[in-house]
Amino acid sequence: MKTQSRRDFFKTAGLLGAGVAGLQPSKASAAPVNILSDDRMGVLVDTTVCIGCRQCEIACKEEHGLPVGSLDDYVDRTIMSEMRRPDTTALTVINEYENANNPGTASDVKVQCMHCDHPACVSACIVGAFSKQENGAVIWDESRCIGCRYCMIACPFQVPAFEFDKALQPRIMKCDLCYETRTSKGLQTACVEACPVQALTFGKRYDLLKLAHKKIAGKPDEYLDHIYGEKEVGGTSWLYLSAVEFNVLDFPQLSDKPAPGATEPLQHAIFKYFIPPVSLYALLGGIMWLGKNKDEEEEA
Amino acid sequence: MEEYLKPQPVKKPFFTPTVIFITILLINGLIWAFLRFVFGIGFVSNLDNQHPWGIWIGIDVAAGVALAAGGFTTSALVHIFHKEDFHLIVRPANMTAMIGYTFVALGVLMDLGRWYFGWHLAYMWNGTSVLFEVGICVLTYVTTLYIENIPLLTERFIGLVNLPGLLGKLNRAIDKFLRILDTVAGKIMFFFIILGVVLSCLHQSSLGTLMMLAGPKIHPLWQTPISPLLFFFSAISVGFPMVIMESLIASKSFGLKPEMDILSKLGRYVGPLLGIYLAFKIGDMAIRGTFVYLTEFSLESVMWIIEVVFGVILPMRMFLWDKVLHSRPLLLTASFLAIFGVLMFRVNVFLIAYTPTYSFKSYLPSIGEISITLGFISLEILIYRLLALNFPVIAQPIRSYLPKTKYTIRGGLIK
Repeated sequence: MKTQSRRDFFKTAGLLGAGVAGLQPSKASAAPVNILSDDRMGVLVDTTVCIGCRQCEIACKEEHGLPVGSLDDYVDRTIMSEMRRPDTTALTVINEYENANNPGTASDVKVQCMHCDHPACVSACIVGAFSKQENGAVIWDESRCIGCRYCMIACPFQVPAFEFDKALQPRIMKCDLCYETRTSKGLQTACVEACPVQALTFGKRYDLLKLAHKKIAGKPDEYLDHIYGEKEVGGTSWLYLSAVEFNVLDFPQLSDKPAPGATEPLQHAIFKYFIPPVSLYALLGGIMWLGKNKDEEEEA
Repeated sequence: MEEYLKPQPVKKPFFTPTVIFITILLINGLIWAFLRFVFGIGFVSNLDNQHPWGIWIGIDVAAGVALAAGGFTTSALVHIFHKEDFHLIVRPANMTAMIGYTFVALGVLMDLGRWYFGWHLAYMWNGTSVLFEVGICVLTYVTTLYIENIPLLTERFIGLVNLPGLLGKLNRAIDKFLRILDTVAGKIMFFFIILGVVLSCLHQSSLGTLMMLAGPKIHPLWQTPISPLLFFFSAISVGFPMVIMESLIASKSFGLKPEMDILSKLGRYVGPLLGIYLAFKIGDMAIRGTFVYLTEFSLESVMWIIEVVFGVILPMRMFLWDKVLHSRPLLLTASFLAIFGVLMFRVNVFLIAYTPTYSFKSYLPSIGEISITLGFISLEILIYRLLALNFPVIAQPIRSYLPKTKYTIRGGLIK
C-alpha cells in the first residue's frame, strides 16, 4: 500500500466501485409482493354468536392436510377452559371465556393469523418469503424460507409457528386464508364454510366493516363499540365483534400504527439510493487520503 | 530506524493443560451440534413458538458481532486515521475479527431451521428487512476480512512453498500465484479497509434496529428509537477492550512480554468512548422517562442496572485512571468489565427484554444450547492459537537483527 501513488489510489477505487455497483441486481424485481388492495377480502368474527363447536378447527385441518384425530375429542369442552394458541398442529383454535358479569354465558374467540394490512412478517422476512396478496391473504413461500424465525419475533399477534421437531424442511405454519385452494379462486375459506351458526362472515373488508358498524348500531347494548382489527396495527383482514372488552379475551392491546413501526422508515433512510453508506465511504476515504498526503510530505 | 518487533509465528507447543480442557468443551459442543442437525432444533434447545430466538442469536450472533468490533475499530484507527503507533496490533485484531465473524456465520447456520437454503440470501432480497441488511453486510464483511488477512498467507509461504512428491511440480506456480496475490492485494487493500469500516458501521447499528420491530414485546428500558445508535457506540467502545484483553491473554499464554505501552495508549480512547455511549444511554432514558421502570423490582430493572453500572460506568471510570492503564491486571479487569457490559447489553435486548405476547413458560437455555455456544467459543480460541503459532500474526522481537540492505528479495530466491 505504501508504494502506491495517489493517482493509482483513485484509479483502483473508481474501478472497484464501478465493479461493485454493476454487480447489484435490481432491487425492485426481488422485493416481495405487498399489495394493499381496496377490494381485499376479510372475515368478520362475531364472538357473541360463536358457540365454540370447533367445526372450523376440523375443517381447517382437513383443508391443510393436518391430522384431525378423533372427532370425539372436539366435543370435549374441558380443553377450552385453558388458553390455546395456533401452532404447527392446528392453524386455528377456539378459546372460551366465561362472562364475569353474566354467568352462564361465554364468549368464544377463534384465533388465527389476522392477515394484517401492513404485515410485520412481510416487512421482516430476510428473503421475502412472506407476501401480502391482492385479495388480502398473507402467505408464506416454502421455496424461499431459510427458517430464521424473525417473522415470529416480528408478529405482534405471535401467530407464526415453527416445526422445531424437524431436522429437515421445518415449516413456518400459520393460517393462509386458504389462499391456494380457495380464496385465490374466489371461494370462501374452509372455516367460514364450516361454521354452522354464521359467526364468521367472509367478504370484502369494507363491506364487513359496514356490516359490523350496522350490527353495533342495531344492538348497542349487546356489542362493545369497538371492532378489533379495524384500526389495530393499521388494520387487519380479520375483524372481531365482542360483548366484553377485548383484553379480557386475551387480545393484545396494540397501537393504531402499522406493526413494522419505525424500522422501515429507518431502514429506507439508511439505504436511500445508498447515499449514506457511499458518503461515509467517501468521507473515510478522504480522511485516509489526507493523512497519507501528510505522511508523504513528512517522509520527503 | 528498522523495526525490532516484527509479526512472526510464535514458537510454542500447541497443547497445554488449558488447551486440552478447551478441546474437551469443543468435543462436547460438536456432539450437541451433531444432534441438532440430525434431530432438529427442538431436540437440543428450549426454543418454542413463544421464544423463537435464544442464546444462539443473543450471544453467538448479536454479542459475537459486537465483540468482533476490535477489527474495524483498530483498522480505522491505524489505516484511516493514521495512528501508526498501533500498527503492531492491527494484525491480531483483524485476524480475531476474521475468526469471530466466521463463527457468527456458523452460529447463524446453527440457528437457521433451513440452513441449507442460507444461500437464498444472496439473491432473494427484501429491502425492508433489517435482518436482510445485517445478513448481507455480515456476509460481505466476512469476505472483506478474509481479503484483509491475505498478507498473513502470502508472507508465510512466499519462497517457502514446498509440497511433497508429485505436487512438488506445482511449487513454482503456487509461489508465483502467491507473489501476484501479494502485489495485487497490496495495491487494492485500501479499498477493502474502508469498505470493512463502512460495512461494520452499517451492520453494528442495524443489529440495534432488529429487535425494535418486535414493538411492545420489547421492554421499554431497551425499546428506544435510538437503539441503532446505542448499538453502534457500544460496539465502538468495546473494540479496543477486546484487543487489549486478547493481547494480554495471548502474551501470557505464549510467554511473551505484553505491549503495555501500546495497550495503555489504546486504553486512553476507551474512557471517552464509553462516556459518549453512556451519555446517549442516560440521555435517552431521561427524554423517554423510562427511569420510572427502575423504581420497580423486576428482572428487567435489575439486569439494566447490572449492565450499566458494572458494564459501562465502572469500566469507564477505570479506563480514565492512569494507574489502571499502566497496571496489567487492572487493565485486564477494566477490559473484561467493558466486554461484560456489551455482552449484557446484547443479551438484555435479545433475551431479557423480549416478552412474548402470550407466554406459557419462560425461556432458559438448555444444556444443548449452552454446550454448542461454549463449543463455538472453544473452537475460536483454538483456531486463534493455531493461526498465531503458524502465521506471522503476533509481533515479537527479532533476535538475529540484520542491518537494512539495499535490495531485499521477499522470501529469498526460489531454489
